[in-house]
Amino acid sequence: MFGPHLNQDMRGIRVRLLSSRRRHPAAKALLLVFGLFMMGALYSVVAPPVQVSADDTVTQQVEEGRALFAVGCASCHGLNGEGQTSGTIQGPPLAGVGAAAVDFQVSTGRMPMARPGEQAAAKPNRYSDEEIAALAAYVATLGPGPAIPEPAEYTPANISAEDLARGGELFRTNCSACHNFEGAGGALPNGKYAPPLVGLDDKRLYLAMLTGPQQMPVFSDEVLTPEDKRAIIGYLNALHEQPAAGGLALGGLGPVSEGLWAWIVGLGGLVFFAMWIAAKGAKAK
Amino acid sequence: MAEPAATVNDETAVQAQTPKKELGPVFKAAAGPTKWLDDRLGIAGLGRPFLRKVFPDHWSFLLGEIALYSFIVLILSGIFLTIWFKPSMAEIEYEGSYELLRGLHMSEAYASTLDISFDIRGGLLLRQMHHWAAAVFVAAMLTHSLRIFFTGAFRKPREINWLIGVAMLTLGIINGFTGYSLPDDLLSGTGLRFVDGLIRAIPVIGTWAEFFVFAGEFPGELIIPRLYMVHILLVPALLLGLIAVHLALVVYHKHTQYPGAGRVQGNVVGYPVFPVYAAKAGGFFLIVFGVLTLMGAVMQINPVWVFGPYNPAEVTAGSQPDWYMGFVEGGIRIMPNWEWHIGSTTWSWNVAIPGLGLMGLFFGLMAIYPFVEAWVTGDKSEHHLLDRPRNNPTRTAFGVAAMTGYAMLWIGGGNDLVATQFDVSLNAVTYFLRVAVFVAPVIAFLVTKRICIGLQHADRDRMLHGAESGVIDRAPSGKYSERHRPISAAQAFTLTQHEDIPALLPATDTDGYSEKEIRREQLRRKATRFFFIDTLRRPTRAEIEEAEHHHLHPMIIGDGEHHAIEAEEEHHLAK
Ligand code: HEC
Ligand code: HEC
Ligand code: HEM
Repeated sequence: MFGPHLNQDMRGIRVRLLSSRRRHPAAKALLLVFGLFMMGALYSVVAPPVQVSADDTVTQQVEEGRALFAVGCASCHGLNGEGQTSGTIQGPPLAGVGAAAVDFQVSTGRMPMARPGEQAAAKPNRYSDEEIAALAAYVATLGPGPAIPEPAEYTPANISAEDLARGGELFRTNCSACHNFEGAGGALPNGKYAPPLVGLDDKRLYLAMLTGPQQMPVFSDEVLTPEDKRAIIGYLNALHEQPAAGGLALGGLGPVSEGLWAWIVGLGGLVFFAMWIAAKGAKAK
Repeated sequence: MAEPAATVNDETAVQAQTPKKELGPVFKAAAGPTKWLDDRLGIAGLGRPFLRKVFPDHWSFLLGEIALYSFIVLILSGIFLTIWFKPSMAEIEYEGSYELLRGLHMSEAYASTLDISFDIRGGLLLRQMHHWAAAVFVAAMLTHSLRIFFTGAFRKPREINWLIGVAMLTLGIINGFTGYSLPDDLLSGTGLRFVDGLIRAIPVIGTWAEFFVFAGEFPGELIIPRLYMVHILLVPALLLGLIAVHLALVVYHKHTQYPGAGRVQGNVVGYPVFPVYAAKAGGFFLIVFGVLTLMGAVMQINPVWVFGPYNPAEVTAGSQPDWYMGFVEGGIRIMPNWEWHIGSTTWSWNVAIPGLGLMGLFFGLMAIYPFVEAWVTGDKSEHHLLDRPRNNPTRTAFGVAAMTGYAMLWIGGGNDLVATQFDVSLNAVTYFLRVAVFVAPVIAFLVTKRICIGLQHADRDRMLHGAESGVIDRAPSGKYSERHRPISAAQAFTLTQHEDIPALLPATDTDGYSEKEIRREQLRRKATRFFFIDTLRRPTRAEIEEAEHHHLHPMIIGDGEHHAIEAEEEHHLAK
């Protein structure tokens, strides 16, 4: 929830700053130079190192990616990832979504989207790891965006008990509103849904937070630091590994499933016994 | 036999000689204290009529007992919980053995619930038993009341007991809700927030009432101690009192019974409480206790450690109340967002109508129904024989319609789960239910009524033409027909013991009545037509005789007298 709000606020501030300077005659030219300079600086900082060292293998990977993109993705996202926002087949522009978004979308099978619908559902993925890397590398050239994180960034190794508990608090503050207290998933308006988070690997959890697919807000590193993200991942893993302390978990859907079982097993079972008792016993022959 | 000594008086001598009746060891052990008590309190005299009370033998008469026994389990397990539970909202740091919450700040109430669950021997078992017992308790009360409703057992002289039942159902739901709120976990806090909204939505006094209940702004510091008092003292005491009156009235009125051979308005056929029924009831108590213990042992309920401590800044998908509050939750979820803003005031019809309105409607309709029906029929007589639901099609249809509406609201309470589990859109579910909650009961009403009347037709055929035998005859002409066999006298009783209630035409002879009286009577007559116009009349004696004549053999075999009568008890019918 905090993700988009924060971003919007920052954008608001920047727009206000810019518009107040624009009145100076030299402003336009200066701004252009400054902008280009900033772009370049930002790019060199943010863009994944593989792309900064523009050697042959990388350009080859990007070319491979471009080819794969033209076949599998361009029908919706446009030949250059510029997006297609009118017509029956639509896809958003991909400049600036970053390699991380492509990795998440393609490795979970969400992209290429099978059929237009409320939400691109996760499904078995048809691309090899190399192909995904190539697609990601290509899309990353369209504009700067989050890079694919290294295992050290997303693996909650040696996490302390304190961090686990903190991860729980972070999860309940930032995620459970959509994904349910246990990560069992939940419904969102207009046929959309937040999927269950049970049995997902660390990288997928991390990428989702980093890129904020669709209705999900982006949890950039300013909102949730990599350490916070690892705490959440550690908490979810621990939560799903522990056995249900109270016996059979009954679907873990909370009071609704409990009520169902109270009626079926509790009252149903007792009525069954009642019938048995009433039918049994000192019947006059 | 020894000769008595001449000096001793005859009577004593004989007594001395009479061999003592041998009692079993148990009775022997019990005889001493019982006699001691009886000599001082005279309980035996009081108990005798009770022990001879007759209890009819049908499973649906045991639904109330399921409620009673789960209430006993609730009290026993609740007492255990009070030993450890701390009803305090003071903030402490959790140091118990559940790792994923250790070091977090939380209320003492939540921490002590975690302690009961993880650090106190048998605590989790008892907590889960308590919660399952609560869910089954309310379910049993509701089902019990459905049995009373569909069989017309609420009719005179049992209206007061019906009202007591409605009160107990309300109190049971309230107590369940207050208990659900005690552990101060994320779901119970969200539930309290929900009720906070309900209170605030009360027109005019809402805000004031909120501050009164929570002693200030939500959630405040006092709500849990207050709910605790309500939960373990106020409501259980009221319930206990009502249960006592309820059972006393059952003994006083004696039981109703289903129609059947030898069963008439003036008697009750069944087993005497002692010894047969007592054995059955005692056994059934143990079964209820056993089932609830087993559920507590193997089925997880309300895993508060997964929800986390309540924090007003957090919410979670899948926040639902226990099932008995589900219909109110559903009403609120499917209600369009209607709100008035007048000046600086807000009128939250979106919450007030479904929240307060539904609860009022549900309990209000339940409470007045017996009186409405009595007014319509104009029937002032006592009823101890139950109706078979088909024989009062309109009442049965009302009941099924109410159940259907309730079910729609229930589904609404879980609309998010319906959406995710069945892969449909949340909005589609909600829009569907907005219509269905009004339309489905009407359809249910019409369909149920038709089914009842159809069953009445089948009964009538059985009465007039006998039971279908499954044997098909082929006439020389090639025509097929099924052979019917006579039905037993017992069945004939069952099929014909109900009363025909007439549908009345508008009154024409209205001399000497005031305008108001006439209007009321015409309205009542209109209601009788709505209720009974298409109800099937039961066959008259003449029709049965005519049918017998036609079939050339008796339709009923056996004499039907004293059939299957194990014990009988007189009703003292008010004239
Ligand atoms: C059938 C049309 C279609 C195809 C084919 C398709 N996409 Fe998409 N894609 C969409 C739509 C629509 C969205 C936005 C909604 C969504 O994510 O469901 C989207 C979203 C995305 C996003 C997320 C954008 C963001 O803002 O985070 C990425 C990344 C993406 N697509 C990559 C790809 C890649 C890579 C391919 C090819 C392998 C591909 N898509 C093929 C329709 C398509
Ligand atoms: C506003 C609601 C919302 C919030 C808050 C939210 N998510 Fe999501 N999340 C979604 C939706 C919607 C999707 C599905 C996106 C899609 O299918 O493309 C999703 C998808 C995911 C996925 C991918 C699941 C899969 O099957 O691939 C993960 C992992 C995830 N979220 C984790 C989180 C975590 C961790 C947080 C908290 C830091 C969080 N989400 C907060 C709505 C939310
Ligand atoms: C009408 C009868 C009652 C109903 C419907 C009822 C229902 C409930 C429910 C649903 C809970 C939440 C339990 C949970 O944590 O999962 C609860 C908690 C509790 N109940 Fe009751 N209860 C009833 C009677 C009693 C009585 C008679 C007592 C005590 C004498 C009692 C003591 C408690 C205590 C101490 C708790 C909090 C402990 C905890 O949550 O772990 N209850 N009750």
